[in-house]
Amino acid sequence: MPIETRRRSVLPGFGTTLGFTLAYLSLLVLIPLAGLFLKSASMTAGEFLAAVGSPRALAAYRLSFGAAFAAAAANAVFGLLVAWVLVRYRFAGRGLVDALVDLPFALPTAVAGITLTTLLAKNGLVGRVLEPLGISVAYTPLGVAVALTFIGLPFVVRTVQPVLEDLEAEIEEAAASLGAGRWLTFRRVLFPTLWPALVTGFALAFARGVGEYGSVVFISGNMPGRTEIAPLLIVTKLEQYDYAGATAIAAALLVISFALLLGINALQRFGSRRLVGAGDAA
Amino acid sequence: MTIEARGIAKSFGIFQALRGVNLEVKEGELVALLGPSGSGKTTLLRIVAGLEFPERGTVLFDGEDATQRSARDRRVGFVFQHYALFRHMSVFENVAFGLRVRPRRERPGESEIRERVSELLHLVQLGTMADRLPSQLSGGQRQRVALARALAVRPRVLLLDEPFGALDSRVRKELRRWLRSLHDELHITSVFVTHDQEEALELADRVVVMNHGAIEQVGTPEQVYHEPATRFVYEFMGDVNIFHERVDPAERSSIYVRPHLLEVHRGPAAPGDIRARVLRVHAAGPTVKVELQSERGELVQADISQERQRSLALGRDDEVHVRPTQARVFADDYSI
Amino acid sequence: MSASQGDWTLAPAAPPRAASAGALEDPAWVRLGLIAGALGFLGLFLVLPLATVFSEALSKGVGVYLAAIADPMALAAMRLTLLVAAISVPANAAFGVAAAWAIAKFEFRGKALLVTAIDLPFAVSPVVSGLIFVLLFGAQGLLGPFLREHDLKIIFAVPGIVLATMFITFPFVARELIPLMQEQGTEEEEAAASLGASGWQTFRRVTLPNISLGLLYGIVLLNARAMGEFGAVSVVSGHIRGVTNTLPLHVEILYNEYQGAAAFAVASLLAMLALVTLVLKRILEWRMGRSASAA
Repeated sequence: MPIETRRRSVLPGFGTTLGFTLAYLSLLVLIPLAGLFLKSASMTAGEFLAAVGSPRALAAYRLSFGAAFAAAAANAVFGLLVAWVLVRYRFAGRGLVDALVDLPFALPTAVAGITLTTLLAKNGLVGRVLEPLGISVAYTPLGVAVALTFIGLPFVVRTVQPVLEDLEAEIEEAAASLGAGRWLTFRRVLFPTLWPALVTGFALAFARGVGEYGSVVFISGNMPGRTEIAPLLIVTKLEQYDYAGATAIAAALLVISFALLLGINALQRFGSRRLVGAGDAA
Repeated sequence: MTIEARGIAKSFGIFQALRGVNLEVKEGELVALLGPSGSGKTTLLRIVAGLEFPERGTVLFDGEDATQRSARDRRVGFVFQHYALFRHMSVFENVAFGLRVRPRRERPGESEIRERVSELLHLVQLGTMADRLPSQLSGGQRQRVALARALAVRPRVLLLDEPFGALDSRVRKELRRWLRSLHDELHITSVFVTHDQEEALELADRVVVMNHGAIEQVGTPEQVYHEPATRFVYEFMGDVNIFHERVDPAERSSIYVRPHLLEVHRGPAAPGDIRARVLRVHAAGPTVKVELQSERGELVQADISQERQRSLALGRDDEVHVRPTQARVFADDYSI
Repeated sequence: MSASQGDWTLAPAAPPRAASAGALEDPAWVRLGLIAGALGFLGLFLVLPLATVFSEALSKGVGVYLAAIADPMALAAMRLTLLVAAISVPANAAFGVAAAWAIAKFEFRGKALLVTAIDLPFAVSPVVSGLIFVLLFGAQGLLGPFLREHDLKIIFAVPGIVLATMFITFPFVARELIPLMQEQGTEEEEAAASLGASGWQTFRRVTLPNISLGLLYGIVLLNARAMGEFGAVSVVSGHIRGVTNTLPLHVEILYNEYQGAAAFAVASLLAMLALVTLVLKRILEWRMGRSASAA
């Protein structure tokens, strides 16, 4: 009897649904993505490296990755704070605040972009306050970081919240009964439990920030070598019909994003395994 | 309807669930597939149901080959361990489901469906629950709905997968009795899977004892309990004391004795008696359970009547003799 | 439910639970300080921008606001945005259901790979998402000559926008339904099969009611993203006024032309869409939480 690659099941529709799924996936996702790599492969190594490693490109990566890192770090700190406050404390309007945390997901990036620029420009509500202090936000790398902080805000909050909610009071009660104060309990008992979720949220916010376009392109000012983010560099090259250049940089970005994706997957598996433990696995 | 399974083999990856199993169920019988987890009993049941397909072997219903037919075409009623009730449908709709999905030609009219469903709900004593959702029912009630649902399509065979496994013990005992009386009333050929030997012995016309994907013994409850064919069956069907002896100089044997077939004596020893010291006496219960240690260091359990304990007045560290009134000898073979 | 990458499909937050009491209470000053800090941060980063959208939109008066919205270009942009959503949402929802059915109800080799593949669009920058379609269908692209021959335009035309949007939003429903259907298991479907139901009957009567809330949830998120997508659409659209501008692109154009109030007026429509999305999301989360605990 032929070896089956799957068990024959009494449920119908396997062939149809899998077939449709694979076809759709191939046509919409895999083939176009393959096109990108094909195009990259059609360049010589020299061409590719020249495009990917040009000073302008390097400046763009520095900005995109740097700002994304700073923003993700800020979100890690404040996201933890927000998650803690939402889960642990009761206050008027808590439900509303909790729902509002998803706003950066729901709001189109262009809207976020023009709004943040308006606020942070020299004569904007916030810019007006910061300007005399010597802090320029709009059209600087700082502005990019601020925009990415907005975009990445929900990631850490929503990754840490479930972990906080699942924490059993008994663990803290045990620490208290052993004489630990609240800060010590937080530092030694709670924080290590939250750490994997925090790192995952950070990674998600970072990954999102690296590729972000709409909310950043208005506030960054787009000066090559200084405030030009990598995605914008790709668009600029496209507009100049430098398909090869655009493709090369896109391929570089893509490879890093894929690596991040796999890393995040591994992080999540690692995190949940640490918390659940071999014995608990149902 | 009769069921016959011949040479059924099934593996899941490298795990062999069934190794060439033969089973026969006669018309109107209630048969138990009994065994520990991993013995293959549920797999066998699901293969009979058409929910799984064997790698080798055939399944015959009334002599007709049904092996390649899917569950849909076999007209079997299947009751799942966790009920598998349709969570968004009322009790009524759950029971009516099998009737509603019939092809248009065969589909009964609305009033006919209503009649049949009411009839069944009354049969399972849930007449007033027709509009409830499964989440509003207790475990025992849900299982009865599952049964009514399976019976609605007038199956030729009723298959139950550990039907009472998820219920607590009092409900389990009640439903056991109720299932037996239902079977006596309806006479549908039925097969149920259980790991509880008490349940199998109480309910079934015949018991099929399984272990590691093979059948160890098939027989009536009396046969399986009093005349176990193998060590495994003996040990699985109830408590057992095992004594190791050299009956033959070339061969070691194990002597199997049930606790209630061990007599305890204080007086002079008779041939075959085993000397032992009392460790503990548990007198709270229908019988008195005496834990002893034989002179060879083996742990022994003897069940004696409350009367006997009154006359013996056993206590800790008493030196006594233990006498098997009925024993089974299994030769040890080392070819494990 | 584990958190997964990509925007939306992080675990929907359960309704906030009551604060712990007793020996675990943080001192009042700590509590108030932390709450103030969190609210301050959120006020600055969320509430202020949101309020700004509307205040800027109305900064030149209601007349200008209404004129901006009723402007023919704006209306064309609205129509295009709705069209793109009307195509992307059902198509990707159907895909999501099919993929979740195949993945959750059956065992087969390569399943993990398939699930990862479905995640791919989340790892791709929106601009790159647009770029790949330009490389394929653009004038210099792989299929460029073929399209020119047959007088078909994909890039700088509506089909390109639809494709790019579908690419970006394609995982949403799938990633919502896969864990849901895996959790629900196969027993109810097996029971339906044993009772004589056909595949379609089983799906329609048993599976669909069970996943309806999850499906709606995924669709709400999918729709919000489909209507709001900017980066990918910007690359493929060519910004042809009245033809290939979606609402977000129209906002960009107005803003770059220094028509601030008009830009924000159109943006306010998108902001209102976002708020409606948040409300629907909340309601569905609440309903799902309820039905999960009742089971």
